[in-house]
Amino acid sequence: MVGIYPPSQVTDWLVPSRSLFLTIHVLGVACFLYIVAKRLVPLTRAERDPRFDRPLIRLGRVLKFWLGQWKHPRYKFAGTIHILVFAGFILLAARAFTVLIVGVSENFVMPGLSGRAGPIYDIVTDYAATIVFLCMVVAAIRRLVFKPARYAVPAKYGKSHTPDAVFLLGLIAILMVADSLFAASNAAGHAQRGQPVETLATLSLPWMLKIVIGSMPLATLWGLNVGAYLVHEVTFYFLLCYRPFGIQFHVETSLFSVYFSKLERGTLKPVRWGVRDEHLDQVKSFGVKTFEEFTWKHMLDFYSCADCGRCADNCPANAVGRPLSPRFITIKARDYAFQHYPVFGKANNGKPLVGNVYSEDEIWSCTTCGACEEECPLLVEYIDKIVDLRRGMIDDGNVPQSLQKPLKALESRGNPYGKMEKKRGDWAKSPEVQQSGKVKVLDGNNDADTLYFVDSITSYDDRMQSIGRATARILGSLGKNFGILGASEKDSGHEVRRFGEEMLFMALRNHNTEAIKASGVQRIVTADPHAYNALKHDYKDVPPVEHISEVLAREVRAGNVRFNRVEDEARVYAYHDPCYLGRHNQVYDDPRDVLDTIPGLKRVEMKRSRDRSFCCGGGGLMLFYEPKEEQRMGVVRVRMAAEAGANVIVTACPFCMVNIEDAIKVAGMEGKMSVMDLTEVVDQHMVRGVCDEKREELETATVGG
Amino acid sequence: MARIFAYIVHRSGIVDDSAAELAAAARKIDASAYPTAIVTGWGADLDAACSSLTPCFREIWKIANDALAYSNAEFVRQALVNVLPRNSIVLVSHDHFGIDLSPGLSIKLDSAFVSDVLAIDGVEGDSLELVRQEFGGQVSTHVRCDMSSGAVVNVRPGAFKPEQSAPAAGVVVDKSSAVRALVARRRYLETIVAEAGDVDITKHSVLVSIGRGIQEKDNVSLAEELAEALGAAVSCSRPVVDAKWMEKSRQVGSSGKTVKPKVYLACGISGAFQHLAGIKGNPFLIAINKNPKAPIFQVADVGIVDDVLEFLPELTNKVREMRGVAAK
Amino acid sequence: MEILVCARRVPDTSENEIELNAAGNDIERDELVYSVNEPDNYAVEEALQIRDRVGGNVTVVTIGGEDDEEILRRELAMGANHAVLVSDDAFSGSDGRGIATILRDFVRKGHYGLILTGVQADDGAAQVGGMLAAMLDYPFASLVNSIAVEDGKLKVSREIEGGNREINEIDLPCVLSIQTGINEPRYVGMRGIRQVASVPIPTLGAAALGVNQSAVGEAAAKVRRVDYFVPALSKEAEMLHGSREENASKVLELVAAKGGLK
Repeated sequence: MVGIYPPSQVTDWLVPSRSLFLTIHVLGVACFLYIVAKRLVPLTRAERDPRFDRPLIRLGRVLKFWLGQWKHPRYKFAGTIHILVFAGFILLAARAFTVLIVGVSENFVMPGLSGRAGPIYDIVTDYAATIVFLCMVVAAIRRLVFKPARYAVPAKYGKSHTPDAVFLLGLIAILMVADSLFAASNAAGHAQRGQPVETLATLSLPWMLKIVIGSMPLATLWGLNVGAYLVHEVTFYFLLCYRPFGIQFHVETSLFSVYFSKLERGTLKPVRWGVRDEHLDQVKSFGVKTFEEFTWKHMLDFYSCADCGRCADNCPANAVGRPLSPRFITIKARDYAFQHYPVFGKANNGKPLVGNVYSEDEIWSCTTCGACEEECPLLVEYIDKIVDLRRGMIDDGNVPQSLQKPLKALESRGNPYGKMEKKRGDWAKSPEVQQSGKVKVLDGNNDADTLYFVDSITSYDDRMQSIGRATARILGSLGKNFGILGASEKDSGHEVRRFGEEMLFMALRNHNTEAIKASGVQRIVTADPHAYNALKHDYKDVPPVEHISEVLAREVRAGNVRFNRVEDEARVYAYHDPCYLGRHNQVYDDPRDVLDTIPGLKRVEMKRSRDRSFCCGGGGLMLFYEPKEEQRMGVVRVRMAAEAGANVIVTACPFCMVNIEDAIKVAGMEGKMSVMDLTEVVDQHMVRGVCDEKREELETATVGG
Repeated sequence: MARIFAYIVHRSGIVDDSAAELAAAARKIDASAYPTAIVTGWGADLDAACSSLTPCFREIWKIANDALAYSNAEFVRQALVNVLPRNSIVLVSHDHFGIDLSPGLSIKLDSAFVSDVLAIDGVEGDSLELVRQEFGGQVSTHVRCDMSSGAVVNVRPGAFKPEQSAPAAGVVVDKSSAVRALVARRRYLETIVAEAGDVDITKHSVLVSIGRGIQEKDNVSLAEELAEALGAAVSCSRPVVDAKWMEKSRQVGSSGKTVKPKVYLACGISGAFQHLAGIKGNPFLIAINKNPKAPIFQVADVGIVDDVLEFLPELTNKVREMRGVAAK
Repeated sequence: MEILVCARRVPDTSENEIELNAAGNDIERDELVYSVNEPDNYAVEEALQIRDRVGGNVTVVTIGGEDDEEILRRELAMGANHAVLVSDDAFSGSDGRGIATILRDFVRKGHYGLILTGVQADDGAAQVGGMLAAMLDYPFASLVNSIAVEDGKLKVSREIEGGNREINEIDLPCVLSIQTGINEPRYVGMRGIRQVASVPIPTLGAAALGVNQSAVGEAAAKVRRVDYFVPALSKEAEMLHGSREENASKVLELVAAKGGLK
């Protein structure tokens, strides 16, 4: 794109234009590098975080989530705008680079674009710039006029972010206009001089600008050309150096935040990477108490937040008025980093995070449902940070009284209710269970190939014991050779770990691991998604574990299960995805497939289902915590079910059951809504006798019982 | 038999039931004995207290001292040590004052001390046979106390029924001069009265009272709904206040309010005596508790073994049905 | 300020079902879970908070045997500076007065400005604090639910009837018995316990304390527990055994009959 009076050849300014532009390049890049170096300082002081493994998988994720913008369409309108802008930026990269260099070396052409590809590229990028410009206008209108709720900043978190957002949108728009005006004035100048005119894409911004300026005097055109060029260069470098001061830093950091993102679901980071469990006693301090105790990836996450608010929009704690907003967990930490590791000035010490940046309730309010992580387009992680902050509070003895009792009971009795260990297996002695065959206790006198891991709530809670009974009856009817650990089972420790009590968790895990190994089983089944997740991800060296819905789905597909018809035609069922079965472990279809096999069962989907399922309120220790909230998560969920036209909620988790049952009462919807566990629905409708021969075989082979 | 004394606490000259209860307790130790009341204080209040005791006690020892105008246990202890004969048996009500006074008193008198006694079975030689409870009232114990060098016995309020015997026509004896100078190493400053809450539970004739069995703050609403349907008020036991689920003004018990309702529904309350001590007037007590062994069933008129979280809504519905309000 | 807290290891009533044993002479102790007496734990937390405000040390002492060390470790993990086990065969069977005597001899071996006990333990006697104060001739206050430190003295609030609070000024050294709810005890996690697992805990016997053996132990006890029993109920509640609905109806009937419906 050689101009008549190329910008590089202006000689009547104070300095030759070529030198000016070159200087701006050098200064701009140097500033940017300096700023980035300052931004990296806290990361050099952070905890280690091994994220350099499995490069191919990580590259694949970059292609999917970064290049492919995989999560963006979850919010259709904003997602579309972003995809267009992102694609536009990628396409425009070479053009921008060329424009910048042309001010110093006027004949510069990008390698590969010198032949026929050049004009094609120019036309494509004309449209790209136009679309980006239009997106900026639409986005600004959206922010200023329609003001989507998720961008709002509650007073306690400070001032609105909209002015800054609109400022940035404006700058990008200016960049597009400057680029388009440069191209337009080049073409207009060439046209007036009778030189070959570059083709501008029809109806694109440069094309329309050329029509506007086409008949202006050449001198004006030249002024516009150089002016546009200067504005372009200055705006480009201003944006480059401004981005690391706010949410737009994600433009640079997103590639890295996606590449280095966590590869597994449902797991937690260890207390300290590189320190084995046996050596944890030597660690001076557990958890994150000061900012520097975050890992470098966590700090990178803080920089990478685009303030889109999708996390908070899906966070159930936020929805019910708890003092937690994931968005502000990140933004406040980012602001802390900006304040204590400034670009201009020296790094300075801060105070402990809890009590100064975060409140205790803010950190305890999280149910670890994972909705935030599922939503974030930048793959920012939250659960590990919350757990690390909790580890720090536990280490300091700073635990709400409501949680101290169940923690103490877990330590002394292996369950949060303080009930006696010897009674843990008593639920299995009921006559209804005996009907389908006695439940064996794997105490050394019996063995089986399958362990039914019951966990605490199903063992001890009067209402939840029915899930245990239903599961045992189902396993019996399926002909499974199974048993329970009974009194030698302790709480899986899933929430103990997620509430930050790592050592108590390890004690429970080690005890259970030994008991499981001693039982000699080859597989584990559970009806409790929290136990399922713990056994699958937190425990090592235990046999593979499945949730009862997975077992049932397999048997249903194999034709081993038949169901009776649903009796009550009026019942409409809605399946609620438990967080730890659905989102964290991606078991969405198996429970649905099982339900859909029951003849005559009417099922509807709630608005928020599958990976957008709305947490019931949380399980394990969360049942004991007394949050400050405006209403219960369960109540919100029950209303969603009613809205979907259901009168029965089916869930596959005892904690969901507890929360939803309570919520039905609190919402005053008794009689209009009820809740059942998947196992109860199956138990109710299962045709018995299909696997009878198998069971009889087993009973004759069993020793004791 | 050693002489039996009963230390009577008065508040601004007013003596409560505990005086007659102590007299009855003394009779259990020695059926033929008439215990001597001891009262400390100052001025008109003290005189009023003494006269009100004349029906229960034959002899009332009055100790007047301006330092005793407010019953400071540290002072009272010194006064009693000056005045009591050796090897006496002293009965005191096991309340905030008795807890403060008696253990130290027993040491200064060089006597034995038994706390929170529920029943007196009798005397065997030099031994007093008593009944106490342990573990929050879950088990009882027989206790033997060697009273050869005297004994201080704290008696549980409400455990002994006042006797309806012939009036005693007591005589007031002034023992003030026997008291030497009282040393002040603990000084009373003031009493901060508990904040009046929104509801005065002492004024309600029906109370729906909740305990630990309510399990969490959100479930308090179940009791409130029942109370609303009944036209009653919600009160509670101490653990509910400690957990901050209800205000202190709703607490029934020895460190809370004393109530005299007609009907008392004890929902998820175990029945620890400190709570029961706040219930007077022998109301019709209905207890609902998951634990069939809860001590509350020993004092209830009607008992139901059930989970209050399930029972309360059921009861609320029945009340609403009866009243013709559509069950929610 | 040198603060001493007297603590005791008791069966945890909230996590145990207390029942008589087969022989009927004690409670069934086989499967009991023990922990530090709750009011004592509040007392330790209060001591730690006072120490953190005015400086000094917190020592926790208990009388017992090896099994009782675990509560001392727990309180050390909580933040106490020192822990001492007072143990001697001669002490077994002591009544409350005997316990107070042993504690008095222990206190005399040190210099404590403030001594705290929990208001009562599993036997509900609420006696040791008051006895100890009298033996030491220190001023005493029971049922304390707040403490403010002033020069050479304390301002304490006592819990009295009606939820009212009696404010007293008390000279140091003194003995206070602490009521639950005075503060919010900090959490002691497994990690904390493990960190103090191998801290040596000094044990002192009768000789080291100069205890007059004829004043303690079973022989010297003036108050003895003869047995445990569950009383036959003279007045039993009428238990309702119907369905939940039936029970609710009956309750409503009774409430109405007693004039409970407005």
